[in-house]
Amino acid sequence: MSAVESQSADAKAATSSARSRAIKSLDIGGLILTLITVIFAVLWAFPIYWGMVTSLKPESQVISDTVEFLPRTWSFEAYWHVMVNTMIGRWYVNSLVTSLGVTAITLVTSALTAYALSQLRFPGRTVLWFLILASFMVPLTALIVNHFILMAQLSLINTWMGVILPQLIHPVVIIVYKNFFDSVPKEYREAAKMDSASEWRIFSRIYLPMNWGVTTALSIVIFIGAWNNFLWPFLAVSRPEMMNVAVGITQVNDAFGVQYARELAGAMMAAMLVAVLYLIFQRRVTQAIMLSAGVKG
Amino acid sequence: MIRNQRSEVVVAYLLILPFALTYGVLFLWPTVQMVYLSFTDAPLIGAGTWIGLENYVEMFDDRRFWTSVKNTAYFVALTVIPNTLIGLGIAMMVSRLKGWQQSVILAMFFLPYILPVSVVYRIWAWMFNLQFGIMQYPLTWIFGEKTPVFRTQWMFMPAVAFVTIWWTCGFNILLFLSGLRSISTDIYEAAALDNANRWTIFRRITWPLIWPVTALVLTIQLILQLKIFDQVYLFVQGGRPDPSMVLVQYIYSQAFQKNEGGYAAAISVALFVIVIVFSVLQFQFLRARGEK
Repeated sequence: MSAVESQSADAKAATSSARSRAIKSLDIGGLILTLITVIFAVLWAFPIYWGMVTSLKPESQVISDTVEFLPRTWSFEAYWHVMVNTMIGRWYVNSLVTSLGVTAITLVTSALTAYALSQLRFPGRTVLWFLILASFMVPLTALIVNHFILMAQLSLINTWMGVILPQLIHPVVIIVYKNFFDSVPKEYREAAKMDSASEWRIFSRIYLPMNWGVTTALSIVIFIGAWNNFLWPFLAVSRPEMMNVAVGITQVNDAFGVQYARELAGAMMAAMLVAVLYLIFQRRVTQAIMLSAGVKG
Repeated sequence: MIRNQRSEVVVAYLLILPFALTYGVLFLWPTVQMVYLSFTDAPLIGAGTWIGLENYVEMFDDRRFWTSVKNTAYFVALTVIPNTLIGLGIAMMVSRLKGWQQSVILAMFFLPYILPVSVVYRIWAWMFNLQFGIMQYPLTWIFGEKTPVFRTQWMFMPAVAFVTIWWTCGFNILLFLSGLRSISTDIYEAAALDNANRWTIFRRITWPLIWPVTALVLTIQLILQLKIFDQVYLFVQGGRPDPSMVLVQYIYSQAFQKNEGGYAAAISVALFVIVIVFSVLQFQFLRARGEK
């Protein structure tokens, strides 16, 4: 009896000392790891900081041989120059209109389709679902030539519509919506059916409001994607006044001259809106990106 | 009752109609047209005549096409696995932190991901600037002199890959973070009681449990990087594009600079097939490993 007791006491002592050792080594090792993490994070974010600081220096301080992590004199000259001498205001409007257009049209068409796929029975349902799943794998980039030809045939080159249309294929939005509609309890729909509510009413009063979170998340991720898209807006537009801001700041070279602060000021302005959006809605944006990758949560 | 069902079908078709229209006009139709165009000698805009497989025959003999395939493969090799592993590493570092500290550190790693590619290009062109770039300090230390990174042929692709990893890693970090969160802490506590060291814990617990996420990230990365265009196009501006030409860039140059619509369509079909084959293969391979 006593032998057993002492043995178990020994075992207990052994585990507790093992645990305290583990905790101790975790603390020192953990502290070093945290320090490395912080240093690495600072290095990682540094290029953005450096671009921003450079854009706030007078040009004469930008081209100095010493590294100055803060401007000696703060200057908004570069920003002022870009605003006055380029069409950046116009580019901002183009980006806003086309990105909002892509977001709104994609959300509406996808939500309606997802609702039909999720809740209604109709011939061709399975085929449609497979088409959507399959198009997930297809590289839209391969279609640039024919998208261009199509937009040219419709005389939509150098227009907002021409920028918007080819960006509307987002099968993942339908897939996400359908998953969420599927998980709405059937009782809601049955009860609404009893009250002889129309499908439209059920969709707009029950399914949509119950999934506002998803809609917000998806709209953020589609908007950011459209705002940052380069290849298609670059192909669809050749007239400077119709360019999106992400394209404009790289294509209109003579607008800046070889003035680094001005180039970077243009870049900072192009990034500003989405960066602020991200910093405000950090949690929503991360959720949205998970959703778009097919990870719930 | 039958009336009811029929009205359900009508409603369903009405709801699908807007999507079906966009999908048909902007996806199915261009895809069919792409295949058709690849069998003609049409310019970018305008009619051409049917020339059968000639474009494809030409493609197989086209040295510049194979260069672009090789460069694309090189870029994929330089980015996909490093980007995935770095993402996992950073996610593990970030996941140790709690509360606001985690939010701040995560934001620092994630911020590059939401930048437009042209902003990324401007920032890194400035970082690597030959005269005043801050990266010239380490480069001078390594090579003994200032180095025009994006004008040195052997450095070009690795440098673009480096910038791409910096830009896109945030996405991988997010996916890995959510994967790491879903691993129960009990397992780690049990391992700590067994005096397991960090490496053993990683190899025996974290790596196998995170594998499904790793598989997902690898697939997404592979498909994404095969379609590389933006960064290569931007960083090569003002230099010679040919040595570092990638597939999408070759499509762009044939269609929009050489006005060879038919030939560009044939290369597009090649890209199309490559991406789909890789998607299917990778999917199968990953599923097989996941089930093991």
